[in-house]
Amino acid sequence: MGQALDLKPRPEVAHRRLPPTEPVLRIEDLRVCYGARPAVQGVTLDIPARRVTAIIGPSGCGKSTLIRSLNRMNDLIPGARVEGRVWFHGQDIYAPEVDPTAVRMRIGMVFQKPNPFPKSIYENVAFGLRLHRRLSRRELDERVERALRQAALWDEVADVLHTASGLALSGGQQQRLCIARALAVEPEVLLMDEPCSALDPAATARIEDLIRQLCQEYTIIIVTHNMQQAARISDVTAFMLGGMLVETGPTADLFTHPQDPRTEDYISGRFG
Amino acid sequence: MALDTPLARSVRPRRQTAARLFVAACQAATLVGLVFLALLLADVGRDGAPYLRPHLVTHFPSRFPAQAGYASALVGTILVTGVMALLAFPLGVLAAIYLTEYARPGRLLALLHLNIANLAAVPSVLYGLLGLGVFVELLRLGKSILAGACTLALLVLPLVILATREALMSVPATIREAAWALGATRWQVVRHHVLPYAAPGILTGILLALSRAVGETAPLIMLGALQYVPFLPRGLGDYFTVLPIQIFNYVSLPQPEFHRVAAAGILLLLVVLLLLNATAIWLRNRWQIRW
Repeated sequence: MGQALDLKPRPEVAHRRLPPTEPVLRIEDLRVCYGARPAVQGVTLDIPARRVTAIIGPSGCGKSTLIRSLNRMNDLIPGARVEGRVWFHGQDIYAPEVDPTAVRMRIGMVFQKPNPFPKSIYENVAFGLRLHRRLSRRELDERVERALRQAALWDEVADVLHTASGLALSGGQQQRLCIARALAVEPEVLLMDEPCSALDPAATARIEDLIRQLCQEYTIIIVTHNMQQAARISDVTAFMLGGMLVETGPTADLFTHPQDPRTEDYISGRFG
Repeated sequence: MALDTPLARSVRPRRQTAARLFVAACQAATLVGLVFLALLLADVGRDGAPYLRPHLVTHFPSRFPAQAGYASALVGTILVTGVMALLAFPLGVLAAIYLTEYARPGRLLALLHLNIANLAAVPSVLYGLLGLGVFVELLRLGKSILAGACTLALLVLPLVILATREALMSVPATIREAAWALGATRWQVVRHHVLPYAAPGILTGILLALSRAVGETAPLIMLGALQYVPFLPRGLGDYFTVLPIQIFNYVSLPQPEFHRVAAAGILLLLVVLLLLNATAIWLRNRWQIRW
């Protein structure tokens, strides 16, 4: 990164010191390999409930792999092998008796590139709801509206719910639609894998505001390569390097007083 | 170096001459194909057009050119390809879904794909031999419509699998991930997303396979499809003939009038093929999703 970074967290970040909460996810010595190539090599990390946890690190450090292990998305990659434990309410989500689709219902995910279905906006949001239970038309309508409101998209699409395809929206709107789609299922945890990297600054700002709103109800884990973004929106930051967790702590502390020299090098822009 | 490149086109550098030559070669190559196609069409049209009249499809083969038609061949073609479609398309689409969405990638799967691609290129006569051995003799289906349909089904199966697989793979992986991340099972992802989005491509492939089957002659000759069928088949166990075989029959007769009947039959076959292919293209343009 060539440009000078605004490394001082903004005042609102420094002042935003929310009390720590009970962890909702406990990652314990997690290791992930793709074939013979190790991507995550023994990460142990607690994710506090109803807080935003940012995972930062240079490209290829394993941060995306880590986050994809938290709702068993890596199961779907041929050759991926996961070892270790991920405790979610006292249950290891990798235990043999666990149904991965149930895990994904309770731990939702938003991806790097907005990926709406080529269906109407309404159908996009309703899809997850329809998968799991039969709802009356009215209930379905209500929950679609609520999810779209939560994702700050309702006002922009209320008139074209059934007529506009998800693909017809702008990039930022598409990503908020994907957030609404994930929220409609009412997960507890929302995983976000670089959700703003394909968006322009204005759309990014809207998503960031949204994340701050959502963390009152949801636990959010966001992977980002943008350190300012991590500083702006997260309560806790974890810094990864070469598949390992280097340092983790309250965001304000990690950015102002990094304990590890590698963290300091990274956040001051000396590499990555 | 770049600084003293002249901006005016007064001097044509060699690379631009090469570019023009290349485009000219491509145009010439396109033209060769088009010219021969036009010649063929003109020739067939001149011979066949006068015979292109209703009784071409209502009359059975006859010793008299003026009476000769394609009724039994047209019905035979429709029945054989229809039954073939019922056999081959569900099998092919299901197999492609398994290979693309469920099978674990690995050496075995790669080997399977290589074989399927190879089968698509095997000369159709060999399918005729296989059909003769398995369906006509072993399963005692006789020289029937059913035996012909089964043989053609084997012939187009690899084409259907390949086309379906391509259509399935054109659905982006990110769409599958989106559905999985909401807690969908593999089956729900296929049922609600991959299959509907791939459907136009699959249908296009199916229609192209159908038009391939309509034009097939060799395997059905191997099978023993008759050249002279003066009746309409009463069931799937009946003897049959198809358009290309009937055309071949008329061409091989000595009287020049029969060659006109054959030319008219070729026009008939071309119309059928054109309809199938045009539908395929229409489907593709109308329903294909631009990601």
